[in-house]
Amino acid sequence: MTAELATATSSVDLRTADRRHLLRRAVTFPPLMIPLSVLLVIVLACVLAPLLSPYDPLAQDLLHVKELPSALHWLGTDALGRDVLSRLLFGGQTSLLGVVQALVVLLVVGLPLGLVAGYFGGIVDRAISVVVEIVMAIPSIVVIMAVLSVVSRSMLAAMVTFGILGSAGLIRIVRATTIAVRGELYVSAARVSGVRQGSIVFFHVLPRIAGPLIVQMSIFASIALAVQTGLAYLGFGIIVPAPSWGGSVAEAAQLLAANPFLLVPSGGIIAITIVCFAFIGDAFRDLTVSTWSASSGGQPSRSDLRRGGSRLVAAEAAQSGGDDGGALLSVSGLTIAFGEGDRATTVVEDVSFQLRRGEVVGLVGESGSGKTVTALTILGLLPASATIRAGSVRLDGVDLLRLRERELRQVRGSRIGLISQEPMLSLDPAFTVGNQLGEIIRRHDRGLDRRQVRARALELLEFVQMRNPADVLRRFPHELSGGMAQRCSIAAALAASPDVLIADEPTTALDVTVQAEILELIRSIQQRTGMGVIFVTHNLGVVADLCDRAVVMQRGRVVEQADILTLFAAPAEPYTRQLLSATPSLVEIPERTARA
Amino acid sequence: MARLILRRIAISIPLIFVVSMLVFALQSLSPTDPAQALLGTGGTQEQLDALREKLGLNLPLWQQYTNYMAHVLRGDFMSSYRTGIPVTTLIADRLPVTLALIILGVVVGTIVGVALGTASAIRGGFFGKLLDFVSLAGLALPNFWLGLALVAVFAVGLRLLPSGGYVPFTQNPVGWAVSLVLPVAALSLGGIATIAKTTRESMLEVMNRDFIRTLRAAGLGGGSIIWKHGLKNAAIPVISVVNLNFIGALTGTVFVESVFVLPGLGSLVVSAVNGAEIQVLEGVALTFTIIVVIVNLLIDISYGWLNPKVRAA
Repeated sequence: MTAELATATSSVDLRTADRRHLLRRAVTFPPLMIPLSVLLVIVLACVLAPLLSPYDPLAQDLLHVKELPSALHWLGTDALGRDVLSRLLFGGQTSLLGVVQALVVLLVVGLPLGLVAGYFGGIVDRAISVVVEIVMAIPSIVVIMAVLSVVSRSMLAAMVTFGILGSAGLIRIVRATTIAVRGELYVSAARVSGVRQGSIVFFHVLPRIAGPLIVQMSIFASIALAVQTGLAYLGFGIIVPAPSWGGSVAEAAQLLAANPFLLVPSGGIIAITIVCFAFIGDAFRDLTVSTWSASSGGQPSRSDLRRGGSRLVAAEAAQSGGDDGGALLSVSGLTIAFGEGDRATTVVEDVSFQLRRGEVVGLVGESGSGKTVTALTILGLLPASATIRAGSVRLDGVDLLRLRERELRQVRGSRIGLISQEPMLSLDPAFTVGNQLGEIIRRHDRGLDRRQVRARALELLEFVQMRNPADVLRRFPHELSGGMAQRCSIAAALAASPDVLIADEPTTALDVTVQAEILELIRSIQQRTGMGVIFVTHNLGVVADLCDRAVVMQRGRVVEQADILTLFAAPAEPYTRQLLSATPSLVEIPERTARA
Repeated sequence: MARLILRRIAISIPLIFVVSMLVFALQSLSPTDPAQALLGTGGTQEQLDALREKLGLNLPLWQQYTNYMAHVLRGDFMSSYRTGIPVTTLIADRLPVTLALIILGVVVGTIVGVALGTASAIRGGFFGKLLDFVSLAGLALPNFWLGLALVAVFAVGLRLLPSGGYVPFTQNPVGWAVSLVLPVAALSLGGIATIAKTTRESMLEVMNRDFIRTLRAAGLGGGSIIWKHGLKNAAIPVISVVNLNFIGALTGTVFVESVFVLPGLGSLVVSAVNGAEIQVLEGVALTFTIIVVIVNLLIDISYGWLNPKVRAA
């Protein structure tokens, strides 16, 4: 209990520190301060309109009507010779006031209800949530119009209505955030230690909600301004000669042919104000997200489909590797880096190995050793942030690294297949197994009709020893077990009978018993088809069980490669010995030796 | 799936009653006496009382409401007090205009937005900049102002398109299309912005998933991966935005119809507010609500189509 309290207090301290930190960051955060300053200038200018505006907004100067901007009238004049700038300054008062009215109502209605629903849960929460769902579906404009028809076209009534209807969205967000905060350790600790509910909400929950609350309110303010000016444009809630932003647009509309420029000042000020509100919201989102969550790592790089991933930088890619010694696939001198320029990290360095027809080669190493990156390079599937610095990958003498994306597509699937680590994630969840398998089959054999494609899919599933293949074809990936999904992936990889199969940790994500089944399946497929297999794994037991030869990698380099018996009987490198001693299950070797 | 649809319908029925009650309750607050308005200034007190009796205005409010809803459920939305024209006739005349406008507006917004969002997710560069510009413009420019600006440029300036007015489809399909170009453009820009942004984010996320790599490893071409597998998996957040855009378009149409002088429900609402014609407002409110209900249902069904897990639920 005391320990818990201590944790709670210290995490509270942390929060206050974070909050002060947030404030300091906010002040020095240009994406927030720039729109905030612009908005402040606009608000001040409108509030101080009586002092600042050069003319009375209603004063008509019939000698200067419909004029373009001049030294006398900075933004020109309207049909009655009234000064546009002065009308906009005064008009901003009603427009901004309307936004404030809507915001106040939004906050007064939305915040307490959201807090109550999120904090107390139960039947109150359910009741509020149902009402919220109904209100969110109400087409707000007709309700606002009905209000306007009744309450003598009052803008206040319209904006209050808009605030009430909009509060449904705020309730949702406050509720969700409250539920999240409520579950956190320091809040539950405070509750357990008898702090009053009210002060928990006020001191612990409210500060955490502030971020999403401000974001939501800024977005709402930008919409409220558009609605307010729109209503004023339609002539609601404004008594005609009085200035308003929407009214100025309507006045400009009357003179569209004579002086279209009049649209610019009124539209401009509305647009700038809306954008300020929206940008303040965006900036606050960026600020609070990176303050509250620890995981603010870099964006995942965008996968670059069209360009076909990584670029081959080095022209000095080994031309010398002509002697493949009859290998089916030959990787030589492969060097790969992630990132650009000074910040580039080499993840694979001078990696060379060969795969002969009918051979199973294990690519072994701990996580981060570069084995998966090497395997993906063979298929040309590196992420865009990776650069191939040097080396070659020759399939029957053709360097795959020099092929274009279009040419690579002829290799993928039909010459080299891939089985990846997470079977459940490697199938498209939105399509049935039959659809995906069928598409891949048609890709490689365009002449097939519907029935032939289905027959081939069934044949493939039978080949991977799937039970009830006809039923599986109709299923979606989420209706399969991990083992079944991996069998489907293998079937997809085999669809065009490739010469090389790359298996990237194909059993890691599976249950132990299923692992054994899948390994056995890969072995039997290899024996039936005679294809070469590159088996990427961190598990030496699997290597001993399945492979003819192993390539041991550490920190992006090949430390040792040898046939399996030599490797296990007399490992040359300390790292290999270390790996071997960390794998207790190697008692299987004699059995394997006997069979080999 | 069935449960999802049932749930939607369960929410929709109270929705229709809530909206109609809300508007009806507002009517009772109105300072305008419908009988007085109908009779004009010349009537006697006896005539006024008789008319109130006849219209059922002496009944308690809840009874007036149940009477009204009893009519509505029989498809009778009552008549305008002012003109005596049945509200159903008014709405039926104007519904095609508004439906054409909002459906085209949302469809154009969705198609252009998805294309732009996808292009900027896959290619980045120019499309990324274009998307940022469009989303800024879509955010900043209210549709009534955008409509006027389009009129100023394309109708007044270049004289390419009409500045307003409506040609019924049955009269002249080409004229109909031409009369809708600018209104649809004004209505759809905001939608293009939100759809494009959502599509970009969703596509970037989907393109980094494992199965995309598996499909590429199987030799599938970029086209199928982007437009079939990528888009279908990225579509759910986009569809939610389509739903919001539909509801937004109902608001937008009130302003856009006014700018382009289109005889739709939006301009009907504006004139009903000016004339305090509560029957008309009530009728349009119900029509809009029914449109929202139908759209919500279609969106729910599309969720089921896009996400097999939802379908099973």
